[in-house]
Amino acid sequence: MIRRAVRSIDRRSGSAPFIRKALRYVFPDHWSFLLGEVALYCFILLVATGVYLTLFFDPSSTQTVYHGPYKPLDGATVSHAYASVLHISFSVKAGLLMRQTHHWAANVFVAAIVLHVLRVFFSGAFRKPRELTYLIGIAMLGLVLLEGFLGYAMVDDLLSGLGVAIGYSVALSVPFLGASFANLIWDGGFPGTSAFWSRLYIGHVLILPMLIGGLLATHLALVAARHHTQFKDSPGASEKRVVGVPSFPGQAPRSLALMFAVFGTLFSLGGLVQINPVWLWGPYHVGDGTNGAQPDWYLGWLIGALRLVPSFDVTIGSYTLVPNPFWGGVLFPLTVFGFLALWPWAERIVTGDRGYHNLLQRPRENPWRTAIGAAVVTWVFLIFMAGSADRVDVWLGISYTAQIWFYRVAIWIVPVLVGLVTKRVCEELVAGERVQRVQRDAALAAKRARSLGSPE
Amino acid sequence: MSRVRDALVAAVVLVLGSSPDRPGDEDLDHRVVPRGPQERGAESLLLVLLGGAALAAVAFIVVYALDGIGHQTQWLGLSLGLAFGLLAAACFVTARRLVVTEELSEPYPEHGSPHERGLIEEIVHESGSRFTRRRLVKLAGTGAVGTLGLAALTPALSLGPAFDNDGLLRTPWKRGRRLVDETGRPLAAADIAEESFYTAYPRGVDREQLGAPLVLVRLPLEQIRERRDWAPQGIVAYSKICTHAGCAIALFRKPTFAALEPRPALVCPCHYSTFDPAAAGKVLYGPAGRALPQLPLEVDSSGHLRAAGNFSGPVGPSWWGVRMRKVKS
Repeated sequence: MIRRAVRSIDRRSGSAPFIRKALRYVFPDHWSFLLGEVALYCFILLVATGVYLTLFFDPSSTQTVYHGPYKPLDGATVSHAYASVLHISFSVKAGLLMRQTHHWAANVFVAAIVLHVLRVFFSGAFRKPRELTYLIGIAMLGLVLLEGFLGYAMVDDLLSGLGVAIGYSVALSVPFLGASFANLIWDGGFPGTSAFWSRLYIGHVLILPMLIGGLLATHLALVAARHHTQFKDSPGASEKRVVGVPSFPGQAPRSLALMFAVFGTLFSLGGLVQINPVWLWGPYHVGDGTNGAQPDWYLGWLIGALRLVPSFDVTIGSYTLVPNPFWGGVLFPLTVFGFLALWPWAERIVTGDRGYHNLLQRPRENPWRTAIGAAVVTWVFLIFMAGSADRVDVWLGISYTAQIWFYRVAIWIVPVLVGLVTKRVCEELVAGERVQRVQRDAALAAKRARSLGSPE
Repeated sequence: MSRVRDALVAAVVLVLGSSPDRPGDEDLDHRVVPRGPQERGAESLLLVLLGGAALAAVAFIVVYALDGIGHQTQWLGLSLGLAFGLLAAACFVTARRLVVTEELSEPYPEHGSPHERGLIEEIVHESGSRFTRRRLVKLAGTGAVGTLGLAALTPALSLGPAFDNDGLLRTPWKRGRRLVDETGRPLAAADIAEESFYTAYPRGVDREQLGAPLVLVRLPLEQIRERRDWAPQGIVAYSKICTHAGCAIALFRKPTFAALEPRPALVCPCHYSTFDPAAAGKVLYGPAGRALPQLPLEVDSSGHLRAAGNFSGPVGPSWWGVRMRKVKS
């Protein structure tokens, strides 16, 4: 049967040599190489569950009166978008499972990408000849954040409405062009016309997924073309030769196991652990707000940044040059993404290293990169934490204003300290290894000397 | 009957029997994938796991079909999660015990192909050898493609009124417009009590616009430090939309705590911009860069609240013209 299938494909495509090579493609082995794979499987599940949800979702801001199985909202004025999400959640069989799995998958997707980027950064996998692969990865991270934002924005519940309002203020805050941006995107001012809702929807279900999918395919093709990087753990692994498990039969069942494990985990979460219960938030109206508004985790760093900036708009006379949300909502993410995108070239200019690298570095082997990376991660993490200061105030009774002042200072000092400590730790680790190696060699030499000197 | 017997025999053979090795397998020299020991135990475990996955998948279908089952979403998620989990375990067993894990090594690809690169260069170069004024042609070509690109982008301006900012300045408020509550009932001055917080809208107008919603609070007259004539009986009205990021101001700080928070304040729950209702909406704390726009009020002969004009300035988040332009009705 296999012979017939292979023959019929090969005779029509001539792809037997390619398939044979693909089956024996070598995968170097390390646990941290799975993170990108987890992201890939989340993407697959997001597309599958997302397509299912589009069959029921109605992307319209037109208002209607809700009458349905969820009694607390009976008679409430809601948008068709919100009403259709209630319909999916309460009336479509397996609808809530698909919706919650979709939301969980989105959260895990971004987490997997972030961890993958950290792995690639701290092991130096972005170096020549893989800068383009890396850059495409960073671009995908940016698009995925936007994709997630659009996804929960278009549900039109109270929290998503507040999120869109914040997005509007960030668009407006761009110097000189802000008003034009916002007018173009929202088709006039907030909350926008029905055209804005078509744009949210087509952006979330078609434009961004196509861009992400296209970049993903290029990312994987480039990985395969230049081959995986590897740590020099296994004997024989070098800059010239890659050592690992062939995709078939060794790697394929492992990857499938990981994929099914990701699917199983996400469906279990989707069925058992409630996420974004929009019926509790209620519908959004321009005049409504709520306390304890928190976005999905991956936008927490932006909320933190928006909250930390003190009260000022930069003005020249009566011309408002830089409205306040610009710092936290535009400049901060641009700085972080700019740092990530430009790092490979910055490192190359500073170190003068223009060589090809197939072997990965352990973080300790490049103390400066590890130190700077750790400092930037600390910086972003502290700002992320600042975004939850109001919850900490409620849970632990630590004053919100005191926390904000702490963060305003700490975000500039703690990263520097973390960077310095990290650099020292890396150097000590390397030195410790050197001592161990010398000791081992000495012990070996002593043993050899003894065995030579001792009588037979 | 004999068919049933045949099927039973076939099933037993399927479960217990093992397929004979193919003739070629004996010849070790000709294998691509090396031989490993056979593991009947692991194979049995694999069969159990696959059977379990199938059972869990059937359970999903059954749960789906059963109407009126309690916690249906939870059972659906559990059965589907279990089915995938068992499938994952089956693949894991296959990877660890049932296929060989070879360690192969191969050379990394070369860093490109210099010879091919040279040929590409040559092809491009030689193809253009009939041009005599190359730089001019390049310039003209770039110009044509560039302007065409601009032309292709121009229709994007139809997305919205890119250069018309009237929409950002317009509010539905004007002198004499009545205030109504969330249910549409006209608000009387007597409805507004101290130490509480009210949302109001203009009567008979679309509420889904930034200029519509108001917050109302009543303060003791002597506490009001600015625009006292805008606040009949101490009732002040502000735009409910935060000047920082456009969220609705949903918190009113009252009662206050003398030492830390000595005066009542309006607070936005998104980024905690805090405004002083007794002093023209001035920012007390948080990231907002502009005071909250205030709406002048008057009480009509029937005791109802009406606007005495439009806001003190444009409502909503800041943009370049927000301090230069006047609010429009």
